[in-house]
Amino acid sequence: MTAFSQLIAIRRSAAIQGRVIYALLMREILTRYGRHNIGFLWLFVEPMLFTTGVTILWTVSKSVHGSSLPIVAFALTGYSSVLLWRNMPARCIGAIEPNLALMYHRHVKAIDIFLARLLLEAGGATISFVTLSLFYIYIGWLDPPEDVLTVAGGWLLLAWFGASLAMLLGALNEKSELVERFWHPVSYIMFPLSGAAFTVDALPAAAQKFMLYVPMVNGVEIVRDGYFGDHVRSHYDVNYLVGWCVGLTLLALAQVAMIGRGITPE
Amino acid sequence: MIRAENIFKVYPTRAGDRVVLNDISFTLDRGEKLGIMGRNGAGKSTLVRLVSGAEQPTSGSIERTMSVSWPLAFGGAFQGTLTGLDNIRFISRIYNQDFKNNTDFVEDFTELGLYLKEPVKSYSQGMRARLAFAISMIIEFDCYLIDEISAVGDARFHEKCEAELFQKRADRAMLIISHDTSYVKNHCSKFAVLHEGHMRFYYDFDEAYGHHMHNLHNH
Repeated sequence: MTAFSQLIAIRRSAAIQGRVIYALLMREILTRYGRHNIGFLWLFVEPMLFTTGVTILWTVSKSVHGSSLPIVAFALTGYSSVLLWRNMPARCIGAIEPNLALMYHRHVKAIDIFLARLLLEAGGATISFVTLSLFYIYIGWLDPPEDVLTVAGGWLLLAWFGASLAMLLGALNEKSELVERFWHPVSYIMFPLSGAAFTVDALPAAAQKFMLYVPMVNGVEIVRDGYFGDHVRSHYDVNYLVGWCVGLTLLALAQVAMIGRGITPE
Repeated sequence: MIRAENIFKVYPTRAGDRVVLNDISFTLDRGEKLGIMGRNGAGKSTLVRLVSGAEQPTSGSIERTMSVSWPLAFGGAFQGTLTGLDNIRFISRIYNQDFKNNTDFVEDFTELGLYLKEPVKSYSQGMRARLAFAISMIIEFDCYLIDEISAVGDARFHEKCEAELFQKRADRAMLIISHDTSYVKNHCSKFAVLHEGHMRFYYDFDEAYGHHMHNLHNH
């Protein structure tokens, strides 16, 4: 095959995959949110309610987070980040089974099902984060971010981390349902360790080094660096987080390819 | 053309691996109609899913140089919690078809009326078959894979299927699975009997039928 005809073949495949992912996305929206009450608006209203609830809770209890940041800003950046890396795996684990009937169509592959759910989940978390940010800024609870690009960069890295972790766990769960059993407690325990409820700078120097081994902590710190700039001292290692993302992505793609060969449509 | 070469399919079971298809090779040319007979559990539906590309063989290769439908069968192809219309929308999107034109045809063909706005899981088998059949008629394939779909539904549905599939699309290739041997006899030009993982081919129906009957009663 010449390079040119290869290029055409790749373009055709990409077009098919794009259509499949779009179709699955619309199907997910319909089955998850239905046509009742506000329908698919729940996609971001739900995470907004979560974040708002936590913000109120932390404000009322005057949560000790050891920094000079206002609690609203702290809760918004912290809890939104948790939603991003925790919900994506939760949605990808067990994603294949309800879609088995649709895999009668040969273009529908396991990776398309994962990607459709990831797009939806990341989209919902992002819309929620942006909308709440704008709202809090508008009513004066929050100052606009110092550096929007850094916020976006940190957010994207967190999304990449969540997506690759989600695909890996989703694929492994097809081999053993133990993944599902363990992910619930692990994600619960990881929440306080993920950097959502503290800033690294507030930790003792000895703990800081170890805390930065947790990949999500780096992501949250980047988001806060972009948001608050010089008001806080942020600690993170971008290369370390990117390394995690690349590693997880490679493992995930290998596992997804492997389970694809073993799937029996309903 | 569809060319299947040395297809093996192994399913893991609690009692160890089970070889469902054991070294199967065949070709299906444009316009050819192959009827496959076999006992329950012989692996007919598995073979159709492999040919459609929805499932991968354990080893061996399947080459498709014509467009092949998805398996038109009882189950599969539809998401039960979605309505009939939503499923038409989904399939239209995947195969890059115009949704509006499709709904008109499906409404007319299936006569499902208001049921099209109900979840597919509430449909009877006959209703599902009508919907599956109608949708697959919108998308023009060179080869149709038919897995017992004609066994359900009423006489009116059968007449419509007959007209759409065997009269309007008489030039297409087909791979037909059915326990209704006279259906196979009337519509196919080439026959195969699947038994204990092996497939034997016949050009003469009576010979294939004899072999199939022998398998049914002597094992």
